[in-house]
Amino acid sequence: MHPIIVIGSGLAGFTLAREWRKLDAATPLRILTTDDGCFYSKPMLSNALAAGKTVQQLVNKPVAQMAQELDAEISTRIQVSAIDPANHTITANGETIHYSRLVLALGADPIRLPLLGDGADAVLSVNDLEDYASFRRNLEGKQRVAILGAGLIGCEYANDLLTGGYQVDIVDPGNRPLSSLLPPEASAPLQEALGKLGVEWHWGVKAEAVGRTDGGFRLALSDGGSIDADVVLSAIGLRARTALAATAGIAVKRGIVVDNRLRTSATDVYAIGDCAEAQGKVLPFVMPLMQQARTLARVLTGTAAELSYPAMPIVVKTPACPIVVCPPAQGLAGEWRSSQTQQGVRACFYDTADTLRGFALTGQATAEKNALAQQLTL
Amino acid sequence: MKKFQCVVCGWIYDEAAGAPDEGIAPGTRWDDVPDSWACPDCGVGKSDFEMVEIA
Repeated sequence: MHPIIVIGSGLAGFTLAREWRKLDAATPLRILTTDDGCFYSKPMLSNALAAGKTVQQLVNKPVAQMAQELDAEISTRIQVSAIDPANHTITANGETIHYSRLVLALGADPIRLPLLGDGADAVLSVNDLEDYASFRRNLEGKQRVAILGAGLIGCEYANDLLTGGYQVDIVDPGNRPLSSLLPPEASAPLQEALGKLGVEWHWGVKAEAVGRTDGGFRLALSDGGSIDADVVLSAIGLRARTALAATAGIAVKRGIVVDNRLRTSATDVYAIGDCAEAQGKVLPFVMPLMQQARTLARVLTGTAAELSYPAMPIVVKTPACPIVVCPPAQGLAGEWRSSQTQQGVRACFYDTADTLRGFALTGQATAEKNALAQQLTL
Repeated sequence: MKKFQCVVCGWIYDEAAGAPDEGIAPGTRWDDVPDSWACPDCGVGKSDFEMVEIA
């Protein structure tokens, strides 16, 4: 019998494999990955400096252990070049491999600005452990880091670098941190806290060019200003890896479109994690991935299962100002009502029927997250 | 009393404090937390991940 093939060995691929193996110990499993196949946790990268962890310590389990625990054949450093859904095959390194079912756990690519300058190719982005290893190597003996993007990832890395003693500049065309996830009243304490740690904010501008200098790099900004830095980290967003699916004629929008059984438009092909768009959303976080994995494992073993998301608060790991946010549905009409104490900000989003539909909590106010999550109507 | 950390998301379980919001009384040993329990920050199941004892 042809194996179940999973493409991708990130949290999504490995979690799906593990959940499925609990239900099916017999069917062969093959995992193909472009990296070295070790199991690591991406959420732990952006606070590794504060945790005193080396890159090696971020490896939870080496690939050999994963292969054994999952009873899987894991092929590493291999790029899948094509999917043929009609024939149930994939092509990788010139080899044609048959699958009974295929799971796409491809993840996402960091969005990159089209920067000019002879230093543009040295701008780093971190979306896997190998990227992170490169980032850490580049930081050695250095002092100044410029981060492009004041979103969740940019702010987490900024916090980690600041507590690690680095000087940090953040460039963002907007006017406040995490503007796509938080209401202004919740951005404010984070902005203040990171400011107290010494971050330099550059609002309302974009980096246009990166030039090499004697000591490092000079960023040219859209307002004519410049920033000198030793390391430049781009954290401006993620784009789901949809090309492989699209070329195979599988339906994609912002992500690879799946139904509530994680099925793509191609029979026996599924998608999960940062590459997948379920219920019209790409949710690049751990909780949705867990829900998807548990659902898909049951679907693959013939149990009726439908993806159902509970409230899934997003934890922003900025120790300077911890934040938990449950954003309301995109475009929902309503208003934020917030209160602020010494402890933190408590912001709740009510729709036009006065029903609680989202919240954002900072500092010690985050203790209320479970109670509010239970009251939420999704 | 020990502390444990979720290896996926870093959430910390302190045995002395328990996790009252999650229905785990203060003083509950990690071994006594039900297998059905999931990490409140990331949803990973207790039986699925290592909680690493931290200082």
